Amino acid sequence: MPIAYSQGFTPHPKISYASAAPTGVGSEAEYLEIGLQAPVDPEQLRAALDAALSPGLDVLEAVIAGEGSLADRIDASRWQLELPGVDPGDAEKAVTAFLDSAEVLVERMTKQGRRTFDARAAVTRCALAGEPDLPSGAVGVRCAIIDLVVRQVTPAVRPDDVLSGLRVVAGLEPPVPPRVTRLAQGTLTAQGEIVDPLDADRGDVGIGGR
Amino acid sequence: MSVSSVFPQLEQLLPRVSKPIQYVGGELGAVVKDWDATTVRWALMYPDAYEVGLPNQGVQILYEVLNEQEDVLAERTYAVWPDLEALMKENGVPQFTVDAHRPVKAFDVFGLSFATELGYTNMLSALDLAGIPLDSADRDETHPIVLAGGHASFNPEPIADFIDAAVLGDGEEAVLEITGIIRDWKAEGCPGGRDELLLRLARTESIYVPRFYDVDYLPDGRIQRVVPNRPDVPFRVAKRTTMDLDAWPYPKKPLVPLAETVHERYAVEIFRGCTRGCRFCQAGMITRPVRERSITTVGQMVKEGLEFSGFNEVGLLSLSSADHSEIGDMCSGLAEQYADTNVSLSLPSTRVDAFNIDLAQELSRNGRRTGLTFAPEGGSERIRKVINKMVTKEDLIRTVVTAYSNGWRQVKLYFMCGLPTETDEDVLEIAHMAHEVIRAGREAAGTKDIRCTVSIGGFVPKPHTPFQWASMERPEVIDARLRLLKQEINSDRSLGRAIGFRYHDGEPSLIEGLLSRGDRRVGKVVRRVWEKGGRFDGWSEHFSYARWVEACDEVLPEMGVDLDWFTTREREEQEVLPWDHLDSGLDKDWLWQDWQDSMSEFEQDDCRWTPCFDCGVCPSMDTEIQIGPTGKKLLPLTPVNNLRVPA
Repeated sequence: MPIAYSQGFTPHPKISYASAAPTGVGSEAEYLEIGLQAPVDPEQLRAALDAALSPGLDVLEAVIAGEGSLADRIDASRWQLELPGVDPGDAEKAVTAFLDSAEVLVERMTKQGRRTFDARAAVTRCALAGEPDLPSGAVGVRCAIIDLVVRQVTPAVRPDDVLSGLRVVAGLEPPVPPRVTRLAQGTLTAQGEIVDPLDADRGDVGIGGR
Repeated sequence: MSVSSVFPQLEQLLPRVSKPIQYVGGELGAVVKDWDATTVRWALMYPDAYEVGLPNQGVQILYEVLNEQEDVLAERTYAVWPDLEALMKENGVPQFTVDAHRPVKAFDVFGLSFATELGYTNMLSALDLAGIPLDSADRDETHPIVLAGGHASFNPEPIADFIDAAVLGDGEEAVLEITGIIRDWKAEGCPGGRDELLLRLARTESIYVPRFYDVDYLPDGRIQRVVPNRPDVPFRVAKRTTMDLDAWPYPKKPLVPLAETVHERYAVEIFRGCTRGCRFCQAGMITRPVRERSITTVGQMVKEGLEFSGFNEVGLLSLSSADHSEIGDMCSGLAEQYADTNVSLSLPSTRVDAFNIDLAQELSRNGRRTGLTFAPEGGSERIRKVINKMVTKEDLIRTVVTAYSNGWRQVKLYFMCGLPTETDEDVLEIAHMAHEVIRAGREAAGTKDIRCTVSIGGFVPKPHTPFQWASMERPEVIDARLRLLKQEINSDRSLGRAIGFRYHDGEPSLIEGLLSRGDRRVGKVVRRVWEKGGRFDGWSEHFSYARWVEACDEVLPEMGVDLDWFTTREREEQEVLPWDHLDSGLDKDWLWQDWQDSMSEFEQDDCRWTPCFDCGVCPSMDTEIQIGPTGKKLLPLTPVNNLRVPA
């Protein structure tokens, strides 16, 4: 691909990731912008990237970027938190206690050192998902599944911060590392829905597509 | 029976370790095959962390050569860091391959490439995690053949108890021959079990199976003899030489790492072997003769390798790249082809002459100009004669000044400390040379804004070199010399400020010396160090000199030897060396004569442009020098940045 490079002594490819998922977290909704030196058919770009990337890193769609940056169109993420070994009833109580709190202070190591911040305000939705399908690899184990929508704020509130919050308010301690998956990112509507950030550029042209 | 992936168990541990990306595989260039559709299966290990192991050329070449065979499967495994090792032990997750996360124990061959002896403890960790007995003698048909390769396998005696076999020299053809032997043996229903398979390997006369050889010792600790303990294996095992590198243009599909690694580039070996004759250089001695890859094959490999990988750096590698008979045309041709792209070309520059600067000029056409490196290796004229590095002080000053006046601002100079016959004065000469470089460089460049970095490595005598008989200097002496050198560099404050100084302590070199020239008794030290927690000995933050010394003190005296005996003791001509039964092609009498010549400061020319000096390699290995020029040129490429979609 005729990728564009930054200027300078060591030029870097022009790629910017909008709020990349943290390490160790699954995602079905990552977005990035790529600068190109010449026009390329988005479907060809998509196919070429998909062929070069690792199994499990699937490039689903590419569109030509319109006005404004991708980052401006992303202000919230929806996450699924699978908690194998956690009783859904216990999870429900913890979630209720979390939502009932005006502020839930949690700690995290950042590059600047240990920081304490509020994990509650950024959360717009936190609820037990219905009767759960058992997560892969955890057959026969009880598993609470939490559906979570978090606004993008600074410092970022990540799913593990919300899990820390559940521990703070209700002592919820998953026995094994939870499996977290980002399901969607985009613009948060007043109704609490997340709008796909590529919608605006798709128009009627219908290039790419799932 | 199929073998399942350990990834589900491993994945649980990954959130708890550093840099988990290094364990997930899936790189561009990685190959995953159906286990049941293959008959011979190799797990290839570079026994260091992923970031060091992934770029390794040897492993990448063998990985590709093996996987091109329809019924052969090859996967890679690397050393896991201690954080993951502890979790794997705790949770019963075995050593795994990164390609399909299969347990190493399930493979037919577990092949390890030892570029350095400091990977020995990591091999023991991998065997232990894999559930493979550490001792070759304790293994049965359910375990892989543990096979060592790489330069260290020219003396695998310190790991003779742990490996089943070793291959000396080039691996391309050896891995295919071994595959064939295993394929046949399996097809016949594994007759005679593991012993029969090892015997078939040993009968090739180029695969060393330590268990078929006994070592007897003299009362004073020296080796009396190393002899086969059965009639049907050869007295000496010969190294492999791949002739005609154009027929082996690997890697074609270089691995593109997902995690950060020490080299991120497409590396092409432009030739193998070196006959410059530097007496300290094991690589130059054991890889003879010189075999060039032609300019057109190199051009083709660069084109296809870049198209496949998307790398934007190309390294034209060899032991002395400026010596390629077509290097001028190769550099200008490639520079021309990639002039308007983001591809940068690099040449490891060690030759101290102006031609090197011409080449560097050519390669930096697109404006990116990195540092230049020269390796005079010895500080004084005298010591350079001892090591056969034929560079005069005037050559060096002239070359470096040319670099500065052509716009370079930074030059790196490599030296060694601890060389045979070395005195404080030889090392202090390094400071005087660096002073002169800066003085002359400032004048030539017309600016004070130039720098040079003096980088010092510790000398380690290696098997199959003229210095295999030499005594090592004690670490205290090395460290004291380096302190003196530092003072001398800074004795002139103005010049000293422009000179950077990097060095290695003497202690790790002494241990490398123990492992390089050790015999089977040193295996007990390796095991003891590993038991005490020794891992990643090539990393200064993990290496513990005290642990090695302690282990030596615990296990060696009862056998009548000690650390000094293996390192600081000079050997005599008649002494049987632990690797005498392993044939690098070099005539031992020639090596001894070259050692004597070294002591009388007599230099030896290069057989590429002077008559053969009878080192013995070509006749005994039935090889010959293969060099150009072919007279061909690289043609201009069509622009590389038109749109292409991989099929």
